[in-house]
Amino acid sequence: MNTALSWIKAYVPDLECSDQEYFDKMTLSGTKVEGYERLDKNLEKIVVGQIEKIERHPDADKLIVCQVNVGNGTIQIVTGASNVKEGDKVPVVLDGGKVAGGHDGGPLPEDGIKIKAGKLRGVPSDGMMCSIEELGSDRNMYPEAPEEGIYIFPEDVKTGADAVELLGLRDTVFEYEVTSNRVDCYSILGIAREAAATFRKPFVPPVVEVKENGEDVNSYIAVEVEDKDLCTRYCARVCKNIKIGPSPEWMQRRLAASGIRPINNLVDITNYVMEEYGQPMHAFDLDTVAGNKIIVRRAKDGEEFQTLDGQIRKLDSDILMICDAEKEIGIAGIMGGENSKITDQVKTVLFEAATFNGANIRRSAKRLGLRTDASGKFEKGLDPNNAKAAIDRACQLIQELGCGEVVGGTVDACEPIKENPSVKFEPERINKFLGTDISKEEMLTIFKMLEFEYDEERSEIKAPSFRQDIGCFADIAEEVARFYGYDKIPVSLPNGEATTGKLPFKLRVEEKAREIAEFCGFSQGMCYSFESPKVFDKLMLPKDSGYRNAVKISNPLGEDFSIMRTLSLNGMLTSLSVNYNRRNKNVRLYELGNVYLPKQMPVSELPEERMQFTLGMYGEGDFFTMKGVVEEFFDSLGMKKKAVYDPKAGKEYLHPGRQANIIYQGETVGYLGEVHPEVCDNYEIGTKTYVAVLDMPKIVAFATFDRKYEGIAKYPAVTRDISMVVPKNILVGQIEEMITQRGGKILESCSLFDIYEGAQIREGFKSVAYSISFRAKDRTLEEADVSAAMKKILNGLESMGIELRS
Amino acid sequence: MKEKLEQIKAEALKQIENSDALEKLNEIRINYLGKKGELTAVLKSMKDVAPHERPKIGQMVNDTREEIERVLEQHIGQMEKALREAKMKKEVIDVTLPGKKNNVGHRHPNTIALEEVERIFIGMGYEVVEGPEVEKDYYNFEALNIPKDHPARDEQDTFYITEDIVLRTQTSPVQVREMEKGKLPVRMIAPGRVFRSDEVDATHSPSFHQIEGLVVDKNITFADLKGTLAEFAKELFGEDTKVKFRPHHFPFTEPSAEVDVTCFKCGGKGCRFCKGSGWIEILGCGMVHPDVLKRCDIDPDEYSGFAFGVGLERIALLKYEIDDMRLLYENDSRFLKQF
Repeated sequence: MNTALSWIKAYVPDLECSDQEYFDKMTLSGTKVEGYERLDKNLEKIVVGQIEKIERHPDADKLIVCQVNVGNGTIQIVTGASNVKEGDKVPVVLDGGKVAGGHDGGPLPEDGIKIKAGKLRGVPSDGMMCSIEELGSDRNMYPEAPEEGIYIFPEDVKTGADAVELLGLRDTVFEYEVTSNRVDCYSILGIAREAAATFRKPFVPPVVEVKENGEDVNSYIAVEVEDKDLCTRYCARVCKNIKIGPSPEWMQRRLAASGIRPINNLVDITNYVMEEYGQPMHAFDLDTVAGNKIIVRRAKDGEEFQTLDGQIRKLDSDILMICDAEKEIGIAGIMGGENSKITDQVKTVLFEAATFNGANIRRSAKRLGLRTDASGKFEKGLDPNNAKAAIDRACQLIQELGCGEVVGGTVDACEPIKENPSVKFEPERINKFLGTDISKEEMLTIFKMLEFEYDEERSEIKAPSFRQDIGCFADIAEEVARFYGYDKIPVSLPNGEATTGKLPFKLRVEEKAREIAEFCGFSQGMCYSFESPKVFDKLMLPKDSGYRNAVKISNPLGEDFSIMRTLSLNGMLTSLSVNYNRRNKNVRLYELGNVYLPKQMPVSELPEERMQFTLGMYGEGDFFTMKGVVEEFFDSLGMKKKAVYDPKAGKEYLHPGRQANIIYQGETVGYLGEVHPEVCDNYEIGTKTYVAVLDMPKIVAFATFDRKYEGIAKYPAVTRDISMVVPKNILVGQIEEMITQRGGKILESCSLFDIYEGAQIREGFKSVAYSISFRAKDRTLEEADVSAAMKKILNGLESMGIELRS
Repeated sequence: MKEKLEQIKAEALKQIENSDALEKLNEIRINYLGKKGELTAVLKSMKDVAPHERPKIGQMVNDTREEIERVLEQHIGQMEKALREAKMKKEVIDVTLPGKKNNVGHRHPNTIALEEVERIFIGMGYEVVEGPEVEKDYYNFEALNIPKDHPARDEQDTFYITEDIVLRTQTSPVQVREMEKGKLPVRMIAPGRVFRSDEVDATHSPSFHQIEGLVVDKNITFADLKGTLAEFAKELFGEDTKVKFRPHHFPFTEPSAEVDVTCFKCGGKGCRFCKGSGWIEILGCGMVHPDVLKRCDIDPDEYSGFAFGVGLERIALLKYEIDDMRLLYENDSRFLKQF
């Protein structure tokens, strides 16, 4: 909301402060000011000058030479403007002064334009006469300004006077950010009341007295509210013998400063009252209202209605309409109808000031796609008392500004107005809550400024009806805090029962995941939780894959963000693709983020959120690099049992011969593999890419940070190397399993040191070599111990079809 | 015999003196001190010496041996030293060549900022908790005094799954879930992902992170809130940081405030970073609304609390001077490597 400070000061006459002071203090008392701008910024040395004589320029057809009285003397000004004549009073910028813009009305330069005396085609010119554009405004805001040329003042202004002031530009426009609970502050009076309390100056609202013409409004109009749940008050007043014309300058200036274009007296008055009181009003041409009757009721489903912007709107039975005896004439609280709109020929006006159900207006405006200034206010829930005050104010202005005469009385269809609850006034409790030591008197002073009632006998505080945000103890404590000053409240730390700061186990495991990944060269990425349903095809998932059952967003930003991911792979591959396309070499990324698995389709309860530890890389390294990371991670989590890598993982998006499920203690805790070349193509990654995905809930279940010292071996180990010819289909994992099974207690470890397929090995076989190490904790092993164990191992291996090479 | 020994000694010492290689010194050792060496030969010829002279001669032989050994060792030592030095001279390297790095990975700036915030609050006795990202409308809105059709719902454009399930727009629902557990006092922070339907641009993302804070106990005051957040700001942005509390409105806190900190670029003088104001807004906070407490079965007459919410990206962008939010979700390795 933008408002000139002068309008606020009109109701806080004693307010004196600099713009910055106003900005700071209002912000600190809770009326947030976004910023402010002086309207006379870059307007310097500009006075009213009267043109005494106009002569032709000797050397230019399009220029004239004017002698201009600027109060303390006469100066010569050469101009190209054609709209001035002798005797006109015009704004004149003197030598060394400044104007805000050029005559063409383009964007205003930051520092304005300096004006200096000089010569135009050889004739001296000591200043410049200004158009409204050069003064930084335009004809929208100053409709009386000529379309092209110099602005001309009325005859009665004083020559030599401050032209900027006369134009109402010695003012500052403040932009407020009003919070949604303070609907009363979407008005000049609301902000002025806050300003008065902030600066502790008296608040002097306008005195509303309506001079009526002696007729009775009931003979002009009747009001019937059918849907009282949606309309708690409907005030109607009638003004007749309307004379449309321009509104007075002071009203135009105030509207202009608020960014509202002056139109004519009738429109300006409704806009003015809407700004001043925050109450939207509507004016109907009474001659178009059939049967002298207003009926407020819901629309019928499927009906159509033309609003005054000419658009046809489709209605439904939840939209509240204003109707006459025969037809609909306006959408309540949103926009009037084409059929009853005011024209310049209007004779009699019916004013409406009402309060509608905010939630209903909000829904209707949304469905109609028609948010208006009025609906924006109504949807916050307006004060019914304000409706009556505003309509009276409008009628007062009609009469005072000579726009028409006011018919006596108001038709007022009003439900009982809900009073704000009384709140127990407990100064000690407020102090205890705020941590302050504010006196009871000080609190009462604050409440008085805010027009809160204090019932001394019952020790209760009651907020006025325009403060619907006040309903409990905390609310009144906030009022005290705001005007006492948040900055004056002391600082302390909570001193209750001591608590221990903790990072839960799950998060500690995630921390470890980050450590290990980074140690292994992987950097942390972050991916979106939502993605496109197209990713399932990109990942070559079969049509019946369970992963295709995803949580759908009903109002997504677009298809690309429309489902909650069920797999973490797309985010990883997309990130790797970005890097690949930017020619980044050797990229290793990891991500810790949730997947969202619906418990049923369609979704009717919260999905299961599972944290996934996803690693991806291209460039240096291969499948076993990735496997090494997984092994490091398991080691770091105390997962000491041997993990099984099952090549039959069945992942369509991975290379069929280079993938494995990771099985720990019989539980599949994740998978890894090389990304299927076709999937790489789909992501435009032109190189081998490896991924690993670990399901963190399962990992967390196995992880432990407990460690036990097992002692360092005191007795020497005995090592035997064996070299084998192995049928190709036997996996190294199976060999290791056999060695482990048969090695007995003294087996310490076995490690692969060579694997080879090729020329010297016959077709269908591979050469595999292991180093097997034995050790006892309590003695030096004897040759016999080792031979016995080796014999068992070798027998076992032979039974698998493995031959020993010597 | 004596002359013979003197002669052997002089001869040996002379040879040692003239040796220029370790091998030669070894040869000398063998020639003079070895089993077949000259001194051994002298000892062997002891049988020709009169018995009463033997101890004396024996002593002389030993003295000669020791002397030769001493000089020999000394020379060997010197020569080894010289050799080592010559070797090291050849081993000079160019120390300005690049180091061999392990190429460790880098943490996301969001996480670095989060860990710092967590560290500060864990130190103050807060527990880190989590809540679901796909959340019930009740927890995200209704329990926080934002019923359906409340105007505040417009300020947080919400992604809906169903009428009753949303992508949480804030981490505040975790407050309610935590209070519902019924364990008092509460001191928690809840970091996590939140979602709002904003198009992606330099300052907006439909998915970002918040850190919620909540304290509920007996006698918690607004002054405690101020003190806690002032501590937090100092820890995060530096000892000289000042905080400013401006009244604001959140449906689930009363009184509410927005908090500004002195611009850590210019120290409050005003710069491009803080748009000349000297202050940067970092979070929203307030005293937990009594209705929210009641809904969680906590008696507002006995207990009070405060809550706050910080935008994690906002802190990360400010702290690391990142000028485009999109960088945080692109995962370009050249970006990530800088943290």
